[in-house]
Amino acid sequence: MSHELLAIYFLWKREMIRFLRSKSRIIGSLAMPFFFLAILGTGLSGAMKLPGMNGNYLEFITPGILGMVLLFGSMFLGISVIIDRQFGFLKETLIAPVKRTTLVIGKTLGNSTAAVIQGILMLLLSVFLGVTIQLQDILFTILLMFLISSAFVCLGIAIASKLEDMHGFQLIMNFLMMPMFFLSGALFPLTSAPQIIQTIAYFDPMLYAVEALRFSLLGYSSMPILISVSILIAFFIATTFLAAYFFNRIES
Amino acid sequence: MAYAIETDNLTKKFSDLTAVDNVSLKVNEGEIFGLLGPNGAGKTTLISMLVTLKKPTSGTAKVNGFDIHKNPDGVRKSIGIIFQDPSLDEELTAFENLELHAAMYGISKAEREKRIIEVIETVELKDRLNTVVKTFSGGMRRRLEIARALLHYPKVLFLDEPTIGLDPQTRKHVWDYIKKLKEEHGITILLTTHYMDEADSLCDRIAIIDQGKVIVLDSGKALKDSLGGDTLKIETNQAEKLQNALKGMKGVKDTKILEGRLQLRVEFGEKKILEVVEAAKKNNIEILSVGLHKPTIDDVFLHYTGKTIREETLSGKDQMRMRRKAWGHKR
Ligand SMILES: Nc1ncnc2c1ncn2[C@@H]1O[C@H](COP(=O)(O)OP(=O)(O)OP(=O)(O)O)[C@@H](O)[C@H]1O
Ligand SMILES: [Mg+2]
Repeated sequence: MSHELLAIYFLWKREMIRFLRSKSRIIGSLAMPFFFLAILGTGLSGAMKLPGMNGNYLEFITPGILGMVLLFGSMFLGISVIIDRQFGFLKETLIAPVKRTTLVIGKTLGNSTAAVIQGILMLLLSVFLGVTIQLQDILFTILLMFLISSAFVCLGIAIASKLEDMHGFQLIMNFLMMPMFFLSGALFPLTSAPQIIQTIAYFDPMLYAVEALRFSLLGYSSMPILISVSILIAFFIATTFLAAYFFNRIES
Repeated sequence: MAYAIETDNLTKKFSDLTAVDNVSLKVNEGEIFGLLGPNGAGKTTLISMLVTLKKPTSGTAKVNGFDIHKNPDGVRKSIGIIFQDPSLDEELTAFENLELHAAMYGISKAEREKRIIEVIETVELKDRLNTVVKTFSGGMRRRLEIARALLHYPKVLFLDEPTIGLDPQTRKHVWDYIKKLKEEHGITILLTTHYMDEADSLCDRIAIIDQGKVIVLDSGKALKDSLGGDTLKIETNQAEKLQNALKGMKGVKDTKILEGRLQLRVEFGEKKILEVVEAAKKNNIEILSVGLHKPTIDDVFLHYTGKTIREETLSGKDQMRMRRKAWGHKR
């Protein structure tokens, strides 16, 4: 195995070990989606019926909540570059005789795998809550989850490369992640929202993530799958470059 | 002779602060070279540039013959470093930390396991190999960092305060180990420390740096000699009379009376004591006691920088480090 590939594999492994050892973090990351589904989903299941919704409300929001798990999980893991910096481990990797890009790839693969596992756990949870998932294609769904996670991990890495400490995370959470989530059509069909919100939502990458997930889990979406997936791929390429660019410029 | 480290007007500026100021040093192969300096002198910044972690503002350097600008990968493969601050992944075991390091240095699987056992045995942590680092004491972490730095057989080892925060016993352990590295493997070692006595007994040469500049550079002995000999402190009831009697004596450089005691600056203090006692007898002066003070690196440091190196109380930076650790455990 080439030297850089070997490094990528072990960087991936490191993230997996850290993820699997932090049981409380895994449970914590599933708590919020659980409450969304269990309380919002089941509570409004009978009452909510909006244009653009097939099936019941609980079913409708399941892909959106999956999107939320991927978005929050990935961004948080990407931003964990800051924690690596605070614990000094970042320096150890920065002086290793491997390319910075290798470090970014290892980190992204490891963390998106972790986020996808969280996503799968959340889907199992939703089945347990009574959601009937009409899975179109398992492989496609998993690849899609990877695509979405990788893009957001990269976005997290890019942001973390510019932040000094975790204090900035609150800002990112409130001014970036929350709006992205609420504008994505995860909780209600955007067709029932005012025009201005619909227009802004077109700039929200989460919109395409939720659309594509809804198609792959429920078999319908308001946007052709080809379009949502193409835009997600473009978004992924853009964030990858951003992550590589900013991470390359870290001076620790 | 080839140099292990060679810097040429190396400079690093942080906006208007010059942390490292035109430093030109040559460190011989197989040498233990000490950097001494007060807090903020620029030691860590200098090392950061040599290990390719920070880019110099100007100037250049070669490490193990590789230029830090032109061949950073060559430099990286040649060096090992113990950072001043902790740099382990606390959530991994010792083995996992070492395994990741080995992989990043391109060490093959068979070789990897052999070397991990080898280095973990040298730092005597074999029984903790599969324990999560979070549970390690400060000394154990430091030893693990040393093991990790040696895993890829570096030619040059950088140790930035390797014994900070360790108890005296562990500290001694680390120093013995460093000596062994030099003697058995011929590794070149550049270290910073604020334990002066240890710097003195361990280093072949010492550079004192202050405000980013090298002030003096020599062997510990030469530095101490440069202060001009030993000090004799003589307790007597007739200090002035004795002072007059000794003023012209050969080898006595300086005399003064401090707190009723006569202080002489002399060469070869041990021998001089006898002559002084002799002279006092001749003049019928009674001597109550004689104290001999040999110059230490502390004195050298004080002489050249006008400061003592560091109070034993924690500096602000160290306290911050402690707090950060505390936060880490709560996480
Ligand atoms: N990233 C940075 N940005 C701005 N100033 C910095 C930075 N890193 C170091 N400095 C400053 O450069 C100077 C030298 O710092 P350095 O850490 O090299 O000192 P040191 O000799 O290692 O001190 P210590 O004994 O406390 O470890 C200090 O004044 C420090 O505040
Ligand atoms: Mg320092």
